Amino acid sequence: MLTVQRLSYRYPDGTPALHDINLQIAAGEKVALLGPNGAGKSTLLLHLNGVLRGQDGSVVIDGLTVNDQHIRTVRARVGMVFQDPDDQLFSPTVFDDVAFGPIHMGLQRAEVEARVERALAQVGMAGNEQRMPHHMSLGQRKRVAIATVLSMSPTLLALDEPSAGLDPRARRGLIELLQELPLAMLVSTHDMRMVAEVFPRTIVLSQGRIVADAATTTLLADVDLLERYGLERP
Amino acid sequence: MATPHLLLDRYIDAESPLHAQDARVKLLLTLALVVALALLPAGAWVALLVFALIIWTAVYQAHIGLLRTMRRSLVALPFALVAVTLLITRPGELLLSWSFGPWRLAITDAGVTAFLSVLVKSWLSVQAMLLLMSITHFADLLRALRQLRLPPVLVAILGFAYRYLFIMTDEAQRMLRARECRSAALPGQPAGGSITWRAAVVGRMVGTLFIRAYERSERVYVAMLSRGFNGNLVSLDERPLSPNERGFTLLGTAAAAAVVWASYLFG
Repeated sequence: MLTVQRLSYRYPDGTPALHDINLQIAAGEKVALLGPNGAGKSTLLLHLNGVLRGQDGSVVIDGLTVNDQHIRTVRARVGMVFQDPDDQLFSPTVFDDVAFGPIHMGLQRAEVEARVERALAQVGMAGNEQRMPHHMSLGQRKRVAIATVLSMSPTLLALDEPSAGLDPRARRGLIELLQELPLAMLVSTHDMRMVAEVFPRTIVLSQGRIVADAATTTLLADVDLLERYGLERP
Repeated sequence: MATPHLLLDRYIDAESPLHAQDARVKLLLTLALVVALALLPAGAWVALLVFALIIWTAVYQAHIGLLRTMRRSLVALPFALVAVTLLITRPGELLLSWSFGPWRLAITDAGVTAFLSVLVKSWLSVQAMLLLMSITHFADLLRALRQLRLPPVLVAILGFAYRYLFIMTDEAQRMLRARECRSAALPGQPAGGSITWRAAVVGRMVGTLFIRAYERSERVYVAMLSRGFNGNLVSLDERPLSPNERGFTLLGTAAAAAVVWASYLFG
């Protein structure tokens, strides 16, 4: 469903960020993306929907190559959720924000409303349409941020550190939400316990390269590898 | 993400006597130069050339790149175009004229002189300001303004604007990126929404940005309070200008005044 081939990326100032990234994700597969700060996790995620484009290599999603021709369609397939929900939520009310994607896609009013309702129900925030994001807790804003892309019916979720900064209960709720959502996802995180619980497969990124791509259980048993890349056992 | 910072932050690090000079001296001399440029009569080409050579020599001495400074100064040129009406409002000898029914539009020689003078004056003024910004850290400039008795509240506002402008542009950029990520289309379906909806979205984004700026200001204020802020902006006392620096500032200002005076006498 998602195929990344020989992807390399340098920042405009010449700093190399990604080097020869190859990976495939099947429909419905949930994959964790680990690695220290600055390893290139966010940069990789931003390539999935073409916000950044590699100088080399290709990203193909549902048979569509990420390029100028397909960019708008690709953005409907890849739901990108940023780490800070305040970046994600730019509208005054929850409804406006969750409805942004569907309205932009040119859907009818009734369909837009149905999708907003469904997306908010999926993240457990039904009935909050008219609330203002800046009056909500971080956990609630994270949920709404996920709803803003669920309303677009994506096939892949790309989440950037979704559990960062959450209190234990909000974090527990998020873990359950990610377990329930029947979508493929690539999730960058430092939360090893969440990785063990939610993601059957894990990719480790270090200095812009994939250094490990294996079943999470295998990877978490490899003490040497965990130590080498500064990862903790859950 | 770094580009807007480069656009806003004009300081160019280099080793030069001009960089080392006290910010107050540089600020006063730049202001004197700009005021002198503004006071010059129309068509004082010799005086304009003198000021241009002064600025360009200083730019050269500061090692900040003559071409770069000139290129940067072009951004202000469109503002000088408001002077374009001078072309047709100054009485003088006719150069060109058009008729529109009962009206006649005429360009005069005095008009052309006045317009070109304004254009060159503003271009040179912008270059002088750019020179100042390129060789003086903004923080030093703020300190200089305070020492020159600009009300502390104004200095504080300038300082906060400078401190948080970058944060606001970053915030706006992240917001735009989030919108971009969800600006999707379905195959075979017109996308993008209506013009009015898109305009409403932009309007609400601006509103959201404003609310966040407002809330951030509250948080910053609380942080200031918790470090003992009591409404008075205090600063450490600085050394007074040395006699040398005073002399240099006076001399420069006097020279600029002399050029203006001379161009009225012999213009």
